[in-house]
Amino acid sequence: MPELERHSFDVLVIGAGGAGLRAAIEAREHGMRTAVLCKSLFGKAHTVMAEGGIAAAMGNVNSSDNWQVHFRDTMRGGKFLNNWRMAELHAQEAPQRVWELETYGALFDRTKDGRISQRNFGGHEYPRLAHVGDRTGLELIRTLQQKIVSLQQEDHKEFGDYEERLRVFQEFTVTDLVKDGDRIAGAFGYWRESGRFVLFEAPAVILATGGIGKSFKVTSNSWEYTGDGHALALRAGASLINMEFIQFHPTGMVWPPSVKGILVTESVRGDGGVLRNSDGKRFMFDYIPEVFKDKYADNEEEADRWYTDQANNRRPPELLPRDEVARAINSEVKAGRGSPHGGVFLDVSTRLPAEEIRRRLPSMHHQFKELADVDITAQPMEVGPTCHYVMGGVEVDPDTGSSSVAGLYAAGEVSGGMHGSNRLGGNSLSDLLVFGRRAGAGAAEYVRAMTDRPVVSEESVTEARATALKPFQQEGGENPYTLHMELQQSMNDLVGIIRRAGEMEEALQRLEKLKERAQSLTVEGHQQFNPGWHLALDLRNMLLVSECVAKAALLRTESRGGHTRDDYPSMDAEWRRKLLVCTASGDGVAVEEKPQIPIRSDLLDLFDRTELEKYLTAEELS
Amino acid sequence: MSYQGKFRVWRGDDSGGALEDFTVEVNEGEVVLDIIHRLQATQAPDLAVRWNCKAGKCGSCSAEINGRPRLMCMTRMSVFEESETITVTPMRTFPIIRDLVTDVSFNYTKAREVPSFAPPKDLAPGEYRMQQVDVERSQEFRKCIECFLCQNTCHVVRDHEENKEAFSGPRFLMRVAELEMHPLDTADRVDQAQDEHGLGYCNITKCCSEVCPEHIHITDNALIPMKERVADRKYDPVVWLGNKLFRRS
Repeated sequence: MPELERHSFDVLVIGAGGAGLRAAIEAREHGMRTAVLCKSLFGKAHTVMAEGGIAAAMGNVNSSDNWQVHFRDTMRGGKFLNNWRMAELHAQEAPQRVWELETYGALFDRTKDGRISQRNFGGHEYPRLAHVGDRTGLELIRTLQQKIVSLQQEDHKEFGDYEERLRVFQEFTVTDLVKDGDRIAGAFGYWRESGRFVLFEAPAVILATGGIGKSFKVTSNSWEYTGDGHALALRAGASLINMEFIQFHPTGMVWPPSVKGILVTESVRGDGGVLRNSDGKRFMFDYIPEVFKDKYADNEEEADRWYTDQANNRRPPELLPRDEVARAINSEVKAGRGSPHGGVFLDVSTRLPAEEIRRRLPSMHHQFKELADVDITAQPMEVGPTCHYVMGGVEVDPDTGSSSVAGLYAAGEVSGGMHGSNRLGGNSLSDLLVFGRRAGAGAAEYVRAMTDRPVVSEESVTEARATALKPFQQEGGENPYTLHMELQQSMNDLVGIIRRAGEMEEALQRLEKLKERAQSLTVEGHQQFNPGWHLALDLRNMLLVSECVAKAALLRTESRGGHTRDDYPSMDAEWRRKLLVCTASGDGVAVEEKPQIPIRSDLLDLFDRTELEKYLTAEELS
Repeated sequence: MSYQGKFRVWRGDDSGGALEDFTVEVNEGEVVLDIIHRLQATQAPDLAVRWNCKAGKCGSCSAEINGRPRLMCMTRMSVFEESETITVTPMRTFPIIRDLVTDVSFNYTKAREVPSFAPPKDLAPGEYRMQQVDVERSQEFRKCIECFLCQNTCHVVRDHEENKEAFSGPRFLMRVAELEMHPLDTADRVDQAQDEHGLGYCNITKCCSEVCPEHIHITDNALIPMKERVADRKYDPVVWLGNKLFRRS
C-alpha cells in the first residue's frame, strides 16, 4: 500500500464556489490555517453559472428598499417555511457583503450617480439585484478567487510561502469525513488527477458543496452537483431538512437536446421579456395565485406600465416566484399550447431594441446564437422548466452555520432553511456571501475555543480507503454511467416538478434496486484521472440524497413552493409548522417530523394580518 | 438525423501517447463535448476530459479541435461535414496529465504574480462611486472565463518553454491592464507589466484575440494600450511599428 499523503489544517472548506471561498477568506482572516478542497479547477465552480445578480437591499435604484422589505419578499417566496432567523440575517447583511466585494476589486454595473446598479427580479418588490450584465456569478467567483490570491500574496510577503495559511487543493474529491468520537477530525479523499489518497486532519470542516441537480435528467447543474456535502453530512451523523423542496427554474433551454436544461436567466423577464404560448398569448395572467393577487397586474397594460412606474402599478406576472412560473409553463405545455420542442416562448425581441438586448443580456445572446442558432434580438427563445436548486440541506444554526455534529459546518446551497420551500432569484449569491462568512467565523471560533484536538484513528482511514477502492475490486458488474442515467430518469419522471404518491412510491422501489446494483459496480482502468471511478463514487452520494428527496416528498401531503402534489394540490397551514428531518439509518435514510421554529413576533409584525392569515394557522395568529 | 461520426482522439499520458480512432453516434444539435461524453459512456470509460458547465461559462473544456484551440462545449458538430474525421487533441502549450487533460498550473502561478487590486484607503465599503463608462473597459477583461486558450495559442510560449519564466501570457497581461484601468485602483502597474510580466515579448499578432471564446479584444483593448503606457516611459519599437501597421482611431 503506497504511503498516505497527510495534511493538517485548522479549518477545511469543501467546495470552492461563492460560499466556500467566502468561508475560507473569513477563517483565514480569523487566523486559521485554512484549506479549500474542490473537485474542479479553482475558479470553475458552479457559481459561475449564476447570471442575474446578487439580491441586497441597498436602495440604490429605489430608496424605499430596506432589509425589512427584502425579508418580507424572502419569506413570501419561501411560503413562510423559511428559517426566519436566516432570512433576517441574510436581508440585513447582504448589502455589506456586496460592498465588501468592491473592496476586493469587483466591478458591478453602475447607476447614473456612480453607485451599484440594481435590477428587477421575480418576487423582489424593488430593483434589488446588483449585477454585471448577465454574468454576475463569474464576477463573484473571480472576485473571491482574486481575494484569496491577495491573501496568499500577503503570506508570501510575510513568510515567503504563498500557501502558509491558505491553500487550495484543486481537482480533489472528498469521499468521507472522519470523526473522533462525536467530533469531526478531518476528511479523506483523492486527487482526481493521480487517484492518490489524502488524509486531512482538521478539527473543523465547512461543507460548501452546492446542490444535487445531477440526480435529475433535465438540469441546469454541472457534473459537480452530486450532493456530496449533503451525503457527507448524513454519513457523519448530521441532519438534513426541507429535502422535498427542489426548485425547477422556469426557463431552461429545451432545444437542441444536448443543451436541454441549460439556464436562461430570469433577467430576461426582469428586463421586460414575456412568456407566450403557441397561441401567442401572455398566459401568466391566468396563473396568478390567490396569495399574490394584490401584488401582480391582471392585465398587459398595467404590467407594461410597471417597468417605468413601479409606485402606481402592480408587477407583471412573469415576475412571480419561480415555482409559480414553472408550474404555469408545465400546465401550458400539457394543455397542448407549447412550442415545437415542448417548451413555451420567451420573447424579449419585441420588447427591447436589439442594441439594448445585446448590452443587458450578452451571454444569453451568445449562448442562443452559438448553441441553438437563435438570434434573441429577432426571435423568441423556447424555454421550459429545469432542475436548478435544492432548497433543502444541512440543518444549521443560523448565526454560525454549525450542524448538529461538533466541528461540522455548512453554508450555501448545501445548507437548508434559509429559502424555505422556494428560493427567490438573486437570493442565492447573497446567501453564499452572508452565510459563507458566518460559517467561516463560526468554525474559527470553534477551533479557537478548543482545548484538545481530535485525533484520526488508523481504522477510520483503512475503512475510507476500502470504500473508495471498492469499485475496482469487483468484476462483471455494471457500468456506473448506466446506473446514473437510470437514476436521473427515475427522479425526473417520478419525483419531478409535479408529484403523486404512487409515482414516488415507485421511485423509492427503483432507488432500492439501484442501491443494490450500485453495490456491484465495476470500473475499468486505474486510479489516474478515471471518470468512471469518479462517477461510481459520486453515485453513492446521489443515491442517498435522492432517497431523502423522494421519502420527504412522499410524506409531505400538501403543495408548497418547490413541492407540488397532484394529489394534494393546496397549501396546508398545519404543514407550515412542520419540518421533515432526514438522518442516515442503516444504508438508507429515515425521515421524521419536527416542529418548525415559530417566527419571532417583531418579525411577524412586519406583515399585515390579512397576509399572515393566508399562511399561518388560527392558533398561531391568536 | 443521427449519423456515425469519425473521431481521432489523443490518448496517453506524460510518458507518451497516440491518436486513437473511434466511430461514434452524432445527433442533431450536439457539440464536440457531447461526443466525448458518449465515448466515455459507451467505449472508453476511462477517457480523461476536463469539463464543467457545458455552457461556455466556466472555461474548463479547452482543447484543440482539428488543430484549432476551442471550447469543446461551444463547438457544434454542425460546423463539420458528416464525412469529416474530427481530431481532438489536448492543449499543446501545457504538460499532459492524461488524454485531453493538461496541467494548467502555469496559469495559476502567473496569476499569483500579479499584485492584487489596491483599494483606495480613504473610501469605506459602500462609498465607491464609479461611472459606467469608466468601469466598462475593465469589465470587458473581466468577462474572461480563464479557459487559457489565449495562453495556449500565444506563440511566445506555445513552442518556447524557455519563455514561460519571464512571460505571463495574454490572460495575465490583460489582468494587469484590467487593474491599471480600474477607476479606483491605486497601484502603478506600468513598469511591472514590462519588467515583471514580459509585455515586451508580445508582438501583437492578435492570435490570442482570435481564439478568445468571449470575443475579448485582448490585443487591441488591453495589450496595445498597456504597451502605449509603457512607451510613454520607455521606447518600444513594436509599439511604434504597431501604430504604423494597425492605425487605431
